[in-house]
Amino acid sequence: MSTRIRESRGQEMALTAMVAVVIMLLSLLPMLRLIKEIVAPGGTLSGIAIEAGLRSPATWIATWHTLVVSIGGTLLAVLSGTLVAVLITLTDIRGRSALMLCYVMPLMIAPQVTALAWLQLFGPASPFLKLFGAAPPLGTRNPLYSTSGIILLLGVQYGPLVFLLVRAGLRKLPRELVEAARAGGAGWLTVLVTVVLPLMTPSIMAATALAFVSCVGNFGIPAFLGIPANYLVLPTLIYQRLAGGGPAVLGETAFLSVLIGIIAMAGILAQEVMSRRRDYRISSTSLPAEPYELGRWRPAVQAGMWLLIVSVLFLPLFGLVLTSLVPGYGIALTAKTATLDNYRFVLFEHDAASRAFFNSFWLSISAAVFAVIVAVPIGYLIAWGKQRWVRLLNLSVELPYALPGVVLAIASLLLFLRPIPLTGIQLYNTVWIILYAYLARFLVLALRPTISGYHQIDRALEEAAQVAGAGLFLRMRTIIFPLVAPAAIAGGLLIFMTALSELTVSALLWSSGSETIGVVMFSFEQGGDSNYAAAMSVITVAVTFVLMLTTNLLARHLPSGVLPWRD
Amino acid sequence: MARLTLDNVTKSFADFDAVRDVSIDVGDGEFLAVLGPSGCGKTTLLRLIAGFEKVTSGEIRIGNEVMSGKGGSVAPEKRRVGIVFQNYALWPHMTVAENIGYSLKVAKLDKAAARRKVEDALALVNLQGLGERRPANLSGGQRQRVALARCLVAAPSLVLFDEPLANLDVHLRASMEDEFAAFHKRTGTTIVYITHDQAEAMALADRIAVMDHGRLAQLATPRQLYREPANEMVSSFISQGILLPADVLSAEEGGHCKVRVLGTELVVRCRTGERPRAGARICCRSADVQVVPDGPGLDGHVKRVIYQGGSARIEFTPSAGPDLTLHFEQPDPVMLESGTQARLRIRSGWLIPAARAA
Ligand SMILES: Nc1ncnc2c1ncn2[C@@H]1O[C@H](COP(=O)(O)OP(=O)(O)OP(=O)(O)O)[C@@H](O)[C@H]1O
Ligand SMILES: [Mg+2]
Repeated sequence: MSTRIRESRGQEMALTAMVAVVIMLLSLLPMLRLIKEIVAPGGTLSGIAIEAGLRSPATWIATWHTLVVSIGGTLLAVLSGTLVAVLITLTDIRGRSALMLCYVMPLMIAPQVTALAWLQLFGPASPFLKLFGAAPPLGTRNPLYSTSGIILLLGVQYGPLVFLLVRAGLRKLPRELVEAARAGGAGWLTVLVTVVLPLMTPSIMAATALAFVSCVGNFGIPAFLGIPANYLVLPTLIYQRLAGGGPAVLGETAFLSVLIGIIAMAGILAQEVMSRRRDYRISSTSLPAEPYELGRWRPAVQAGMWLLIVSVLFLPLFGLVLTSLVPGYGIALTAKTATLDNYRFVLFEHDAASRAFFNSFWLSISAAVFAVIVAVPIGYLIAWGKQRWVRLLNLSVELPYALPGVVLAIASLLLFLRPIPLTGIQLYNTVWIILYAYLARFLVLALRPTISGYHQIDRALEEAAQVAGAGLFLRMRTIIFPLVAPAAIAGGLLIFMTALSELTVSALLWSSGSETIGVVMFSFEQGGDSNYAAAMSVITVAVTFVLMLTTNLLARHLPSGVLPWRD
Repeated sequence: MARLTLDNVTKSFADFDAVRDVSIDVGDGEFLAVLGPSGCGKTTLLRLIAGFEKVTSGEIRIGNEVMSGKGGSVAPEKRRVGIVFQNYALWPHMTVAENIGYSLKVAKLDKAAARRKVEDALALVNLQGLGERRPANLSGGQRQRVALARCLVAAPSLVLFDEPLANLDVHLRASMEDEFAAFHKRTGTTIVYITHDQAEAMALADRIAVMDHGRLAQLATPRQLYREPANEMVSSFISQGILLPADVLSAEEGGHCKVRVLGTELVVRCRTGERPRAGARICCRSADVQVVPDGPGLDGHVKRVIYQGGSARIEFTPSAGPDLTLHFEQPDPVMLESGTQARLRIRSGWLIPAARAA
């Protein structure tokens, strides 16, 4: 009997130990290394790094810029995301799922692609404007190379994020709370202002915090829009320092990345404090309210929504496609000039570009597969484990994703600058350091759906197998994995889509031979070869769309909320 | 105060009729209970009256005004109805006083007057001094009273209750029942009160509408519902009536007629104009059934004895109808055991009217 007990204990311990090792390596180690660099550069406790960072005026300018664009972008995202969520969720607007799919799409497109697409739309070389002969003369400055341009695009990029959170909140709003107000004589707008929006405060605040953190950490948009105007935010400042100084300035950039982390955390903390001030919890559950009838306003509201979607999604993408079809900068697109040469060039002729496609594909696939495999046991411990420390576990997996990507990138650099002790393996300047960072950063994207998958499974299924005599590993393989697999795999697909055109992390970690799609796109754009960058973007966007459609086929088997663009 | 009229109201969701051809006339100041099994369309009916759902056909009038009908639907906020939900539906982001004063604020009532009205409403439901609390810090009964005060403060012409006591424990229910009754007496408001608890309905209502699968099964006073159920559904739903097959032997005379049930003849109450017919049914109550040592009666055996403290519920199967079960109460000391042979006498019953007449 006691050997049996030992055996089953043994399997559980092995699982726990494995999870602990993975999390130690991927989440805690890089963060600890980063902190050590700040408080004890070179091994002894000192404030030199901090002092040096604080003395540099560039630090303060970039911090100020970061705050300005982040707050501006967040405000725009919150206003637009909330408005769209209210219109789509609470009114009888038609074509809801199509609207939702289109509105959420920018979230699935990498920020630098968004930036590139908008730049192509408004610039003097814009093939789109040239179609009407409305392009400004060559040499005119693109209006998006500005603070307001960055704010606008951050708002476009993260409005959908706010939309998703607020919509989730709205859908949980019990209809009686709305109906009681209407029976009390309040019209729809009054109900919205006095009941619905106040009750949505927790969702809206959580969305605000998330949008803020995303804006602070965003690299693609300020890199494409800010660097040409010499308007640097913290992530782009770090990039420039590293690009110019190499490993020598690593200490300084470590300070900057911690600064970004602190700003992001401050946003999250502010939200925590604010939402603790009042208890808005809704206790009852019920059906969602009947949609409000827009009546004669419906055509107008509907037209407005589609206009919004055309201008934030279709026009930029259209501009991108046009740019990818013209042979060179500033040439107008006609039946005669249209060409597929750019595609041929980036796919087959340009060494770094074709290498980048190869690298990004296998990096994303590896990260996705790894995350799916690891998410199942970690999710098991978090969702069904009895230990109290699993909360901490969850938190430490969330950290590398919650913190801006730059932070993790710098931490990885510090960690692997020198060969790994005892083994002598060198990750720095290889593609493996990027893989490491991807694994750490994106694990949570597969973990979250897996956990919600676990919460929807009746645990008795596992217990039945246990009674039948199956040990933990056997149960994991034969019962648990098949049950949570759809959710975990959907998470894996999300990882693949996100990692494929990822730029923030790889911009800091790449080296010759280990370029990613994002990095090559960025260097094309910096070198003025927008046409090539556009062709690469179009390819990744197309891959993403195809994947989204494929994932939709999985939708029936998924817990709700796993696919961001579906209910 | 107003009268409420439902005229052939039907509500379909897709191709499913949740409410079907219901006509009810609720008098000014009347307390109407709507009773029925789960899913029979009670809530839907209430939401139709409040205006949260649109009628598929038929008409709803409050006072003399058409609220829902062919010509469209008056918005809920224009109907002046109060509504109390099962889950209270208090707004968690407002204090008790703000909850209650909401409709006054919406109506842009002057602040001092509004405050006075809120105080009055709080006093009416015995919650003086709790105005500054948040709903989350109230007990279930207090929350329900706040919900009541909130709907009363606007002096609605009609108050709708949707199972307001379903979430409360037994003791609290009894005291809230008293409060509702007192409130109705004091204000004379027209009330439509939904419940699936017939004791509650009987205790409170002037008349009860029993619903079944979206249809109105019977609309009658509690007493009539118990004594003269209009059909089999009402008979068995109200106080678990016992249904027995019967042949009517004589025409109605003075409200009674002669019937043969399982081979024995007896006299039961019936509607005027009943004529002899076969394949009828009677409904009797457990109080109408009695064990007799000899004389005319139904022979059979005791199927089950369920002791209930002070008395036992006996289930009895007559030999003439092995598929039937009659149940009745027997006070202590309980002599019968399962398997015992016994004879029962049915003292009285009610002849269920033929389906067409119902
Ligand atoms: N919005 C809706 N769409 C489709 N069917 C509905 C809708 N609302 C109610 N129904 C259906 O109409 C029927 C009646 O529902 P209703 O809520 O009125 O029942 P009820 O009598 O209040 O039941 P309960 O006592 O359980 O509250 C049910 O079968 C329900 O599934
Ligand atoms: Mg109901």
